[in-house]
Amino acid sequence: MDLSAINPVLLIASLMVAATPLLLAAIGELVVEKAGVLNLGVEGMMIVGAIAGFATAVESGSPFFGFIAAAIAGAALSILFAILTQFAQANQVASGLSLTLFGLGLSALMGQSYVGIKPPQMGDIHIPVLSDLPVVGPILFGHDIILYFGIALTAAVWWMLKYSRLGLVLRAVGENHDAAHALGYKVLKIRLLAIMFGGACAGLGGAYISLIRVPQWTEGMTAGIGWIALALVVFASWKPWRALLGAYLFGGVTVVQLNLQAAGVAIPVEYLAMSPYLITIIVLVILSADKSSAPASLGRNFHASR
Amino acid sequence: MKLTNLLTSAAVALGLAAGAAMADTTKVGFVYVGPVGDGGWTYEHDQGRKAVEAEFGDQVETVYVENVAEGPDAERVMTQMALEGADLIFTTSFGYMDPTINVAKKFPNVKFEHATGYKRADNVSTYSARFYEGRAVQGTIAGHMTESNIIGYIGSYPIPEVIRGINSAYLHAKKVNPDVQFKIVWAFTWFDPAKEADAAKVLIEQGADVILQHTDSTAPQAAAQAAGNVITFGQASDMSEYAPKPRVSSIIDDWAPYYIARTKAVIDGTWESVDTWDGIGAGMVGIGEISDVVPADVKAAALAIKDAQANGTYHAFTGPINKQDGSAWLAEGETADDGTLAGMNFYVEGIEGDIPQ
Repeated sequence: MDLSAINPVLLIASLMVAATPLLLAAIGELVVEKAGVLNLGVEGMMIVGAIAGFATAVESGSPFFGFIAAAIAGAALSILFAILTQFAQANQVASGLSLTLFGLGLSALMGQSYVGIKPPQMGDIHIPVLSDLPVVGPILFGHDIILYFGIALTAAVWWMLKYSRLGLVLRAVGENHDAAHALGYKVLKIRLLAIMFGGACAGLGGAYISLIRVPQWTEGMTAGIGWIALALVVFASWKPWRALLGAYLFGGVTVVQLNLQAAGVAIPVEYLAMSPYLITIIVLVILSADKSSAPASLGRNFHASR
Repeated sequence: MKLTNLLTSAAVALGLAAGAAMADTTKVGFVYVGPVGDGGWTYEHDQGRKAVEAEFGDQVETVYVENVAEGPDAERVMTQMALEGADLIFTTSFGYMDPTINVAKKFPNVKFEHATGYKRADNVSTYSARFYEGRAVQGTIAGHMTESNIIGYIGSYPIPEVIRGINSAYLHAKKVNPDVQFKIVWAFTWFDPAKEADAAKVLIEQGADVILQHTDSTAPQAAAQAAGNVITFGQASDMSEYAPKPRVSSIIDDWAPYYIARTKAVIDGTWESVDTWDGIGAGMVGIGEISDVVPADVKAAALAIKDAQANGTYHAFTGPINKQDGSAWLAEGETADDGTLAGMNFYVEGIEGDIPQ
């Protein structure tokens, strides 16, 4: 065993990269659920975002356009879900599950001709002086722009939900859609926008995997991250900063366990492999012991006649 | 079950239904563990399938199902293929071993060929390639090229085939560079690009400047390229899109001659259950072009190892070799027998860490 082989600075830097797709998808879903909608299609929207972003980046030569296309593709797919559940009054659980299956199939079809291609690289930012600082530089100032966007988005969503009028309306719709409707808020319109926001975030998260974290396209490459994002929202008690903590914890333990393996730590590999799931759940369950609970209208369909 | 699989299965069903109308067409089925576009293992098997089609034209009809999980799903796919009239089915991953045997019992008239396994029956052959011969070449290059003396190895599952590769690469790296150290990470998957990329990054962060992989995707190559001063080897396929650096050479699986020979045997009615284990000499294992990043003398040393194995004058496991615990395995000049190699479940002396059980 040689723990000195693990470089803590590089470890923290790479755990941030591993956590970002999860964070983006979880923040999107958090807003959707705060509006009272349960969209289980996160995995499907992520994988479609992954291929849409990859294809656009390859064709246009710009990873930046790729991310925009990924957000649009994720949002477009989520509109399908919105039409089914908000206007056709379909069951949200079944619609979300079918969205995931549809997304996995659609992405495989879209990706047929993009296997084995290298995407254009998204460079890391480099701030003179700051990025060259020891320790702090690689951790805080040496990443790609989307990673910072994820953190900024968390802060923005937190502020929006807590302090803004928009956040109040969104929460009202999620807690009691009949009361919100009686007050004159357009419940369906607000939910539609929340669902599209969630789709766009999931698409970004998917593209982060295909353009930065791996970077290449292969079928099924999100490999369950969308489901973990869904679980993370619940364990984080619908609080943005806890979702960030959970995502970093999960990403962190994932990277740490590989590091421990490479350093030859004498813990059976199977235990190391399951540790990200276990530790994230335990920490967030302990944190969620306070009185916060799910939005009261979560998963219930709204129709103005009722 | 992914939509593509369903679509493929549907296409298989349609294709077979149409094919049934034509008399004496030999149907050959292939079961793949990854997508045909993985750029590695499954890609090469699919190249073999295409070679069969090109060789026999209208005489054969090939069908395949990709992304078949090892386990019960595999049994279902094989059963479906057999029911739809396949005469010969190639099952191309180690984890299909028991499913293949189970399905073969139910269809005694269908011939099965299982890759990399060790269980045979009257209608089940096994075939594999001596990848460890290629690993000996890679180990030689890796030992010469590493400057940090740390070589990273991404293992898939702790099965004999993978362990053989690790041992062979280690022995030959050690031979040319006594200070070399192996860091081994088990991914517990054949194909998961995000995980493979993470594993490669971790190894690079811990000082490895050579990455060997026994997983199927090109993700570790991409990670090495991003890191800069790291070299890799193509696995199963040439992966030449990452040449000349990071990919400096590769092990290429060439299944085409075997697939053509076995299909011919079915057509001629001469098929028998056999165990085939061919290496560089027979052409089943190819060594991808060694790129110019490798100095000429190292390249010559690697090619010498390759040629000596091809003409049978050198065996990758030649004594004296001790097991990890220090006990003697092979005496001076003794070479390993195929039985021990087929079931290899121990590291050789000098490798650190334990094999997951």
